[in-house]
Amino acid sequence: MRITRRRFTQGALAAAAAPAVLSFGGPARAADPLKVGFVYVGPIGDHGWSYQHNEGRLAVEAEFGDRVETSFVEKVSEGADAERVVNQLAASGHKLIFTTSFGFMNPTLKVAQRHSDVMFEHATGYKRADNLATYAARFYEGRTISGTLAGHVSETGVVGYIASFPIPEVVRGIGAFTLAARRINPDLEVRVVWVNSWYDPGKEADAAKALVDQGADVLLQHTDSPAPMQVAEERGIKAVGQASDMTRFGPSAHMTAVVNDWAPYYVERVGQVLDGSWTSTDTWGGLASGMVKMAPFNSNLPAEAIADAEQAVADIKSGARHPFDGPVRDQSGTVRIAEGERASDELLLGMDWYVEGVQGKLPG
Amino acid sequence: MEILSLVLMSVVAAATPLLFAAIGELVTEKSGVLNLGVEGMMLVGAVVGFAVTASGGGAVLGVSAAAAAGSAMAALFALLTLNLLANQVATGLALTLFGIGLSALVGRGFIGVPLDGLPHLAIPGLSDLPLIGPLIFGQDALVYLSFVAVAAVAWFLTRTRAGLILKAVGENPAAAHRLGHSVLRVRWLAVLFGGAMAGIGGAYLSLAYTPLWAENMTAGRGWIALALVVFATWRPGRVLLGAYLFGGVTIAQLHAQSAGVALPSQFMSMLPYLATILVLVLISRDAARIRLNAPASIGKVFHPGG
Repeated sequence: MRITRRRFTQGALAAAAAPAVLSFGGPARAADPLKVGFVYVGPIGDHGWSYQHNEGRLAVEAEFGDRVETSFVEKVSEGADAERVVNQLAASGHKLIFTTSFGFMNPTLKVAQRHSDVMFEHATGYKRADNLATYAARFYEGRTISGTLAGHVSETGVVGYIASFPIPEVVRGIGAFTLAARRINPDLEVRVVWVNSWYDPGKEADAAKALVDQGADVLLQHTDSPAPMQVAEERGIKAVGQASDMTRFGPSAHMTAVVNDWAPYYVERVGQVLDGSWTSTDTWGGLASGMVKMAPFNSNLPAEAIADAEQAVADIKSGARHPFDGPVRDQSGTVRIAEGERASDELLLGMDWYVEGVQGKLPG
Repeated sequence: MEILSLVLMSVVAAATPLLFAAIGELVTEKSGVLNLGVEGMMLVGAVVGFAVTASGGGAVLGVSAAAAAGSAMAALFALLTLNLLANQVATGLALTLFGIGLSALVGRGFIGVPLDGLPHLAIPGLSDLPLIGPLIFGQDALVYLSFVAVAAVAWFLTRTRAGLILKAVGENPAAAHRLGHSVLRVRWLAVLFGGAMAGIGGAYLSLAYTPLWAENMTAGRGWIALALVVFATWRPGRVLLGAYLFGGVTIAQLHAQSAGVALPSQFMSMLPYLATILVLVLISRDAARIRLNAPASIGKVFHPGG
């Protein structure tokens, strides 16, 4: 074939447009391995969200060896591009596909409707089908542990909370944290700064400094960069890491971190596909199932704080305690969850109010 | 008193990267070249500065390498637009996209690597003065350098012959060419200077502001710097004002949120942009002066034969 410029351009464009599907494992053998695909929103080197999902993929490979063949596509933007990537995986023989960001929900559903013989798993979404399951983690349980520690160590009684967007996921975390912290110190108040971004190290650092300047001596974050942890270390206060262990950014400041561990779930679901027992389910795992884990508590914390935090982990795991045990009041003092009751999952999924003890007004 | 000092320190940190990038772009634009690749040049400067410093090169070498990396990106732009006469807007946009990808590639091994921030100046006695002590005598070297850069650019453009030639090239390249000035050489140098400043601005982010490397960590600051140049009507003093105004309102809105001011946070996030544009437009609303200051040939391709 003569290579004309036009042909060359077409080839280059096609190559550029093809998603970088990286396959591990050898070519098809007599007993074909199960092909499992993963779609990540970030680079696996983000040491946060996508990194943790990839750790789960590696656990699947370690568990099943030759019986599976996994592939992943990283840095897939949410939206139209995602559909092409998911479709490509489905069309290239993958029988189980994990899509790991909220924004992949509609693309995954569309591809699932086209490929009824392929099983799909979508993280943090709410749209399901016979071949599309959903899963998410109860991160707010980790916030309860963080709150327990903060209640013990805060001397000023002011905690700063750097928040991303006012969605239920984030509001729920603020609520669980505040309830736990005020159980230890009833006068403690939580100040929230919204940075309207998941990831902007500069802005997160600015927000952290503003909160510390106004008296906060513990920082919480629901954004992804380690910048607030660096500020906490510099100012000699305490902080809780997000998504993965951030100790190296604040060896003295880092109290713990709420870590996502997807490995047990991924191993379980791949096993079910292999033995034919997979069905479409909705999983919301927490500390008990190991989907949410706490990074090691810093040894510079008071023994009493660590003991309380460990007790809280045990109680939540056993079901003796729930992050939203009644009575829970909102900012106006109205009882939202009555004494002796617990928040239902439905209430938690739609949470759009601050609990008592949070300063400021929730942006609408 | 102490909180005011802390707040002002945050303002300085927020304004400095904008100031570097904007003062460089101002010189580039004064020579008649519009380089929209500031964001890309900043990112490459940020990653190279971080990589060199974290690999044990030290901060001085790191910042120098960042300036060189920004210049290298700018050289690519100059080659395409000045020598090969490509469209400046399209090339600048491409340079930003290229910079985002290139910096992510170079930075792969540096994600999650901690680094100590730049040391702050400490003059016994002076740096401990209340309020002005840390503010005037307790910054890191790059903050002082940013002020030197603004003063030097202002002096260069208004008081030197070379500055006059640069402005002439930006106003009317054909006339400057016929007077015997090399339009190509002047514009090359101006573009390289813009790249070096953007590179240092990026390095300030990755070495001093938040000492870490993260993909796309400039988060749009290159575009803000570009806008500052236009709203400041190409005057160095107003670029300084604009950068500090933007930084000041950014920090103030975070403090207002933390103090529980009952305004929607989305509105507060919008405030820095709104306030900066409003103030700069109001003080620069004299149409005749804007025409005088705006480089007449900006963005236009110049070919000596034409």
